Amino acid sequence: MARTGVFVCWCGSNIAKTVDVERVAAEAATMPGVAHASHYKYMCSEPGQVLVRQAIAEHRLDRIVVAACSPRLHEPTFRKCIAQTGLNPFMAEMANIREHCSWVHADRDTATAKAIDLTRMATARIRRNEPLSQTEIPITKKALVVGGGIAGIQAALDIAEAGYQVTLVERTPSIGGRMAQYDKTFPTLDCAACILTPKMVECGSNPGIRILSYAEVEEVSGFVGNFEVKIRRRARSVDMEKCTGCGICYEKCPVKVSSEFEAGLGKRKAIYVPFPQAVPNVPVIDREHCTYYIKKGRCRICEKFCAPGAIQFEEQDEILTETFGAIVMATGFDTWDQSKLGEYGGGQLPDVISGLQFERLVNSSGPTSGKVLRPSDGREPKTVVFVACVGSRDPAHGHPYCSKVCCMYTAKHALLLKEKVPDAKAYIFYMDIRANGKGYEEFVQRVVERYDATYVRGRVSRIYSLDGHLVVKGADTLLGIPVEVQADMVVLATAMEPRADAKEMARKLGMSTDQDLWFTEAHPKLRPVEVLTAGVFLAGACQYPKDIPDTVAQASGAAAKVVDLFSKPHLLSEPMIAGVDEQNCVACLLCKEVCPFTAIEAAEAIDPATRKPRAVARVNEGLCHGCGTCVAACRSASIRLRGFSDDQILLQLESLALAHAGEGD
Amino acid sequence: MAFLCNWCSYAGADLAGSSRMSYPANVRVVRVPCSGRVNPMFVMQCFKRGFDGVLIAGCHPGDCHYAKGNFYARRRMPLVQELLGYLGVEPGRIRFDWVSASESGRFAQVVADLTEAVRSLGPYGRPAPIASPTLPTELEPVHE
Repeated sequence: MARTGVFVCWCGSNIAKTVDVERVAAEAATMPGVAHASHYKYMCSEPGQVLVRQAIAEHRLDRIVVAACSPRLHEPTFRKCIAQTGLNPFMAEMANIREHCSWVHADRDTATAKAIDLTRMATARIRRNEPLSQTEIPITKKALVVGGGIAGIQAALDIAEAGYQVTLVERTPSIGGRMAQYDKTFPTLDCAACILTPKMVECGSNPGIRILSYAEVEEVSGFVGNFEVKIRRRARSVDMEKCTGCGICYEKCPVKVSSEFEAGLGKRKAIYVPFPQAVPNVPVIDREHCTYYIKKGRCRICEKFCAPGAIQFEEQDEILTETFGAIVMATGFDTWDQSKLGEYGGGQLPDVISGLQFERLVNSSGPTSGKVLRPSDGREPKTVVFVACVGSRDPAHGHPYCSKVCCMYTAKHALLLKEKVPDAKAYIFYMDIRANGKGYEEFVQRVVERYDATYVRGRVSRIYSLDGHLVVKGADTLLGIPVEVQADMVVLATAMEPRADAKEMARKLGMSTDQDLWFTEAHPKLRPVEVLTAGVFLAGACQYPKDIPDTVAQASGAAAKVVDLFSKPHLLSEPMIAGVDEQNCVACLLCKEVCPFTAIEAAEAIDPATRKPRAVARVNEGLCHGCGTCVAACRSASIRLRGFSDDQILLQLESLALAHAGEGD
Repeated sequence: MAFLCNWCSYAGADLAGSSRMSYPANVRVVRVPCSGRVNPMFVMQCFKRGFDGVLIAGCHPGDCHYAKGNFYARRRMPLVQELLGYLGVEPGRIRFDWVSASESGRFAQVVADLTEAVRSLGPYGRPAPIASPTLPTELEPVHE
């Protein structure tokens, strides 16, 4: 017979405030199979765990139920806890009386009754628990980093420094990401390129890092330790081995196209590197705009001038299939398209620009060589209005969240404007100033006091063009008056958004996204760099808007997680997998049909009655993930899912049915 | 009775807790690895043993942790609903839905909706408790 110990946790007041924990423990003591029940303030704490282990010894318990928080939080804790006493770790169950009970119900009696029921279900279920064992799985000690911005670069460098091979996949022709576009960084005003490009170069020269730029992840299968990944390497049309990076091809190319890197403020050629410090420093041909592809073989000027003969017009996309043990997602963010805001000109007013465009405008390697000149007529703007929270904190425009960096970069923009155009005046319309970082508040104060920036608390309702300048109409909500500014240029701090393909990307990796489509971490506080798919980690703004220090910190965190995984000699297999009762199996193989992992195959077994071989279904334990779809499909109830058997689930139902028999009729 | 898949819906219910939402207290949760694990027999057993409504919730189509377990559930559950309809179990007592790990509000709403539907139908006509032939004999002490 089972000797179950029940341990009811108060979770401080989190549970005890709404649930009468003493009553739950007293009721639990009367449940079938329960040999001991007690309660304690913090079961997960060291004294709490000691209490559990002592009770196991004292009452000769062979299994335990902890009525506390979600098993998704502390099941591993209590499995480890009882393993120290020699019990099999899978002889621990949790009753979730916090997330599913005390936190969602206010009435003490109802919540207590529910907590008793949840505990009852767990004590019923655990009577059918059995010791489970795990087998060893080898780990492919190679990491894949998706995204070559500062997050991906940092993660790749850290993993490579620890001695593991890294493949860094970047969608655009060069690594560098958003940070490469920025001018100076707040609050220290380090030039972004000066601190980023050395890291890019390091990435390019580190023998442990392989950069696949102009490439995308197509498909991911497998699981932690052994992900099989298909990567599409788009045709660059330039031989990376032969190219010397001399740049004569893009110098001579006659086709001019709006530059993505310059945020539309400058031009690039059809054959191009996005920016001079690109890594790898090998151009790509933009086939959409190149004359050769449009006019079927015409032009070929780049080919003519390329001394090493690196141009390959006929190159095809290439699909690489490789195995990686871990994946770091560092895919970054997009910025909201201001053309969706009709009241701010809908993208039709040339002098209403985005924050990212302003970065290019003040950047000395930007389209104006660092001179602040407004796009419409190339004149120096004297009055510039900055609008914060454009689309952010704005549920009506689909971004209920704060984009986090705009307060700071807007302050920085006001400062840079004043440094470049000393007689210029900056007005900043804001909702709240959120300067919560090291040195951030001081920075904003400096901009207000020393750079004469006028902060106006309120929203801008309309921007329109009148007689060669822009009229910005808004409200000062502190003074309670409408305000109007005649400006030469307006800079909009547009919201940060998840990448347009974030949902699709998440799907490829089996991750989830939140309501705004940012990637969801495994736990908002305690597992911020992991996702629920084991072996996949997050770095940077693909999870939520982040500034550079936070991004770098998280990237190093993700790298540490990868290194931690790779430092183990092997992984342990999922123990909760399916098994076939071959004597009972009728070999209909319906299970094989429904298995998502092709883990079930037809096999032969000796029939004990006839002593002759006959067909049966068999589970390949290495491939089974334990979803249990086969169990529900089995006509003869011959498949058992360890840890989630029919018996265990039915006992949960049955225990409640018996406890409440006759009620409410 | 609610059967919630571990990866999406159970996590969604957890988030409802962390977000301190509130929903009717008459739901009891069975955690399953995947909505595809839910054997139609469980649903039938629930009604046989006196539950008034059953919720089966899994990951949204395409988001299944096990790639496609939820698709099987999507095929099975309407059939179970229809079959039980013939046996006198009103279809409104069974709800199959998608709840992702971030949809705490949706979870609370689904529970509230099902509760409301079941309330308006009234308690399910319960047969006298009988021991289930599918249950093992060790269950007997539970009856005592």
